[in-house]
Amino acid sequence: MNGDAEITERSLGKFLGAISPRAVHHDTRVVNFGDRLFYLATQCVAFSVIIIALLLFGELVRGSWESIQQFGLKFLVGTTWDPVARVFGTLPTIIGTLVKAAIALLFAVPISIGSAMFITFYVPKWFRPIISYPIELLAGIPSIVFGLWGLFVMVPIIRTVQIWLKANFGWFPLFDGPAVYGVGVLSGSVMLAIMIIPIITAISRDILLTVPRSQIEGMLALGGTKWEAIWKVALPYSRIGLVGAVVLGLGRAIGETMAVTMVGGNSFDLIHSLFDPVHSMASQIASEFTEATYSLYVSSLIYVGLVLFGITVVISLCAQLLIWRLSKGKVAVFE
Amino acid sequence: MKVSSIFAAAGTLLISATMAFAQCPPKGAKELTGAGGTFIYPLMSKWSQEYEKACGVKVNYQSIGSGGGIAQLQKMTVDFGESDAIMTEQQKKEAQGGPIIHVPLVAGAVAIAVNLPGVKEGELKLTPDVLADIYLKKIKNWDDPRIKKLNPGVKLPNQDIAVVHRSDGSGTTFIFTNYLSKVSSEWKDKVGSATSVNWPGDVGGKGNEGVANSVKQIPGGIGYVELAYVMQNKMPYALLRNKSGKYMKPTLESAAAAADVANLPDNMEVMITDSANPNAYPIVGFTWLLVYANQKNEAKADATVNFAWWMIHNGQKYAASLDYAELKGAAVKKAAALLKQIKANDAIVLK
Repeated sequence: MNGDAEITERSLGKFLGAISPRAVHHDTRVVNFGDRLFYLATQCVAFSVIIIALLLFGELVRGSWESIQQFGLKFLVGTTWDPVARVFGTLPTIIGTLVKAAIALLFAVPISIGSAMFITFYVPKWFRPIISYPIELLAGIPSIVFGLWGLFVMVPIIRTVQIWLKANFGWFPLFDGPAVYGVGVLSGSVMLAIMIIPIITAISRDILLTVPRSQIEGMLALGGTKWEAIWKVALPYSRIGLVGAVVLGLGRAIGETMAVTMVGGNSFDLIHSLFDPVHSMASQIASEFTEATYSLYVSSLIYVGLVLFGITVVISLCAQLLIWRLSKGKVAVFE
Repeated sequence: MKVSSIFAAAGTLLISATMAFAQCPPKGAKELTGAGGTFIYPLMSKWSQEYEKACGVKVNYQSIGSGGGIAQLQKMTVDFGESDAIMTEQQKKEAQGGPIIHVPLVAGAVAIAVNLPGVKEGELKLTPDVLADIYLKKIKNWDDPRIKKLNPGVKLPNQDIAVVHRSDGSGTTFIFTNYLSKVSSEWKDKVGSATSVNWPGDVGGKGNEGVANSVKQIPGGIGYVELAYVMQNKMPYALLRNKSGKYMKPTLESAAAAADVANLPDNMEVMITDSANPNAYPIVGFTWLLVYANQKNEAKADATVNFAWWMIHNGQKYAASLDYAELKGAAVKKAAALLKQIKANDAIVLK
């Protein structure tokens, strides 16, 4: 058996050149040709993902080079976006994107994790699909449909809320605005929250379902209440997965384009309150790309894409770090 | 009398003969590809459908935006481009196939939609300078004395003006900002004119529907929308004073009148905003077909030019039903003259 393996390995090694299947050495059981092929196939796929990401980064840098040379890092703090004067800066859209995503999480996380807990721990098994199915259905709705619904139905409702907030809590700086438009930070955030709730809920529910029944029953047997069992056993057990679910939701919120374009108000001014209209990076690129009429303009839009790419990378690194901290180093994230 | 009518009849015959002759491309390219603005798309679909019926030539039009259409034409990946804006000198320089001819197809008007509770439809009058100052955020309330002065007898509310603009790059924005730049030097200096600009104020909506909805939902809202959209959705609009001092409704007739002026340049690369025609609505612009002046592929050139000829003559009858303003008078003649200049391998295509 062992001899066979060596022959296979040698001939394959010759055939495939320098690729050395190190992992196979750790596990002498994995020796036949099919396994090797599978190993190589997965390796190729894994590397192709990395290569695609690198190509994407390279292409973004190449495309935005003209703008990088022109504006450098000032692009990130510039507050003017003027295609006529050929001056581009993207600080207001960066802030708009991040603020909307953050507020969306503020709305979505308690609702999603709460409903995931309800589905997992309080609803009888046969009833679960009846609640889960509509939530998962929401995740499959195209964002343009969300956008149209938002524009025609949600924005007028939000506007009514805004008028009330402004009348009663107008002294609060976040509720102070020049006028009440309906579209703006608040509408964009609520829209995003509605769009990411299904994702976070579905993943959280699957994660909470993996909490071993025995652990929860143990807590109950020790005299804990159901609340204590959830709070002290289920949540700590699944917190890493829950963080992951929230990060996935955040990712969608930051990259979401069509729906926020329709309800965001899309202004290039810096925001001061929850009612101000604001642009976000992805919608800016989508809105202006088709009619960008000269190369510096196109290049600046691609630069916005590069910055968005950078923000996504930073957020996912932060998430990895957070998971690493939560697991007290037990999960080797960067291995 | 008799002689002149015979002449007229002969003339008509001659014209119809040349038109009939020029309708279908004799040299046989059966497929054309074009790319450009979204504004013309509904009419272009109708045209390609009708032209296929009439001549068996299939026209495949991609509405990817004027900027995209220009880029495709520059790289010569399409037979014709289409744009709501005139190509810049830089864009012309980057065209790989040499000089490009701009042939106007139809005109489009931009209406000023308003949401003023208590003010009846078509009752509000605006002048160019007031409109510019509203968009510059210098006039901030409907109660402003300058608006009141234009509208004696109209009960204007004490209401903040919410200025709405397009957030996506568009030909509509180009026509609108071109108009504001013509009528207000301050606008020209501070903001300028392009498919998207650095707006002094307020809310951006995506597409005509985004602007229209924000205007509808925000009391005190004002926004600029394609005329077709205003007509189809029965939105209240403002009357605008034209160059001759008349307050004009945005209609297909007043839009078509804007293009019917004597001093159009021969190359038709002209913005007809703020038209001198006394019956013209002032915010009107052409949308152009873009073709190379001297083409390599004779069969394609033949099909393109004949299709263009058909669009500016026979095709115009479909324009009104889809809410586009027809080319009229001098504009058609100049467009036809331009088509007669187009060459394939140095030989005139239309004979």
